[in-house]
Amino acid sequence: MSGAWAFDAILAATVLGVAAWTVAARETFAAVAGFIAYGLLLALVWVRLAAPDVALTEAAIGGGVTGVLLLSAAARLGGGVPAATAWPATSLRLTAGALCTVVAVALAAVVLLLPEPAPSLAPQAAAALPATGLGNPVTGVLMAYRALDTLLEKVVLVLALIGVWSLAQDAFWDGEPRPQRSAPPPDALVFLARLLPPVGIVTGVYLLWLGADAPGGAFPGGALLAAMWILMLMAGLAAPPAVRDRRLRLALVAGPLVFLAIGLAGVFSAGAFLAYPASWAKPLIVLVEAAKIVSVAAALALLVAGPPQRSPR
Amino acid sequence: MSQLFGLAAAALVGLGLYGLIVHPEPLRRILAFNLLGSGVFVLFGVLARRGALSGAGPDPVPQAIVITAIIVAFAASALAIGLLLRLRQATVDAASPPSDDAL
Repeated sequence: MSGAWAFDAILAATVLGVAAWTVAARETFAAVAGFIAYGLLLALVWVRLAAPDVALTEAAIGGGVTGVLLLSAAARLGGGVPAATAWPATSLRLTAGALCTVVAVALAAVVLLLPEPAPSLAPQAAAALPATGLGNPVTGVLMAYRALDTLLEKVVLVLALIGVWSLAQDAFWDGEPRPQRSAPPPDALVFLARLLPPVGIVTGVYLLWLGADAPGGAFPGGALLAAMWILMLMAGLAAPPAVRDRRLRLALVAGPLVFLAIGLAGVFSAGAFLAYPASWAKPLIVLVEAAKIVSVAAALALLVAGPPQRSPR
Repeated sequence: MSQLFGLAAAALVGLGLYGLIVHPEPLRRILAFNLLGSGVFVLFGVLARRGALSGAGPDPVPQAIVITAIIVAFAASALAIGLLLRLRQATVDAASPPSDDAL
């Protein structure tokens, strides 16, 4: 047990050290590299907090997809007009530091003073789980108890993508995002982009299927599919799709639409919006998750690809 | 054990808040904002882990909310970076001589 405690202490110290590095590093590129390492370390923290579903999502999104997004942004921001890099005056920094310390200390005090028999919805969640036909309580919360959150969150993904697309210049607005790199990609990248996608796609779909009963689900699965697509875009093996492509738009809205349709059908068949008829709960949830993984993968990859910057061919 | 990560999460919130306030570089502020957010997420995880002490497994409700939150935080970061890149492009366009504007 003391070995586990020592591991946790080292992990927490490393996470804090890397986090301090991402704030303090001189070079933006170094800070971004630190942030990717931070995302992966945070996934370990989630494992230690007995939350493997969150760990998978954090590793795929926080460490993977966000990393590509930040690295390409840092590379594009590197040239051009130098930013205003003047730090605020020392007195202001000291004041800000003191106030942030107060916030952190107050939060730490709250953590230490939490009520002792910790309140928990775990027994209720476990008790109602058989009715959904699922074995993973986290998926039960996402798809049944708090389905409205999950539905709105998928709408947020589409809205964010519309926001990114609307930053395009008028001439290109229904065109294609620019390719991730203009120079010919290195051979190793092309090789990896041929080798990994078959494995990654199967693993992503497997995570989706597994999510009903074990850690997994449409979010980590969708992030993995998106990562495979981004890899192929970076290696030049696939062209970024034009924004006006109808199949692409259909894939983006498939998840929210299927979820909404099944939710509305629930008003008639089960008596409430987003409720499932008892004997059909599991197949309907798997159907919603299958539509969701397509939309999540497409939205994540296109958010990384950015606004259209070329006319459609 | 979960208290240790709870204290680390409080420190992460403080660090992220500090970077968000004082950093002059916009991309670094987006990074700091993500640090702040992840600190809040870990606090949720600590609360979920504590739920396990009183009975069954860890509380799945905060865990599911954090999964949703990670995706929304990513979407917000992507939108912020898109705005930032567009702003930088507009600044470069404004700084360059008008003859380059013919496109």
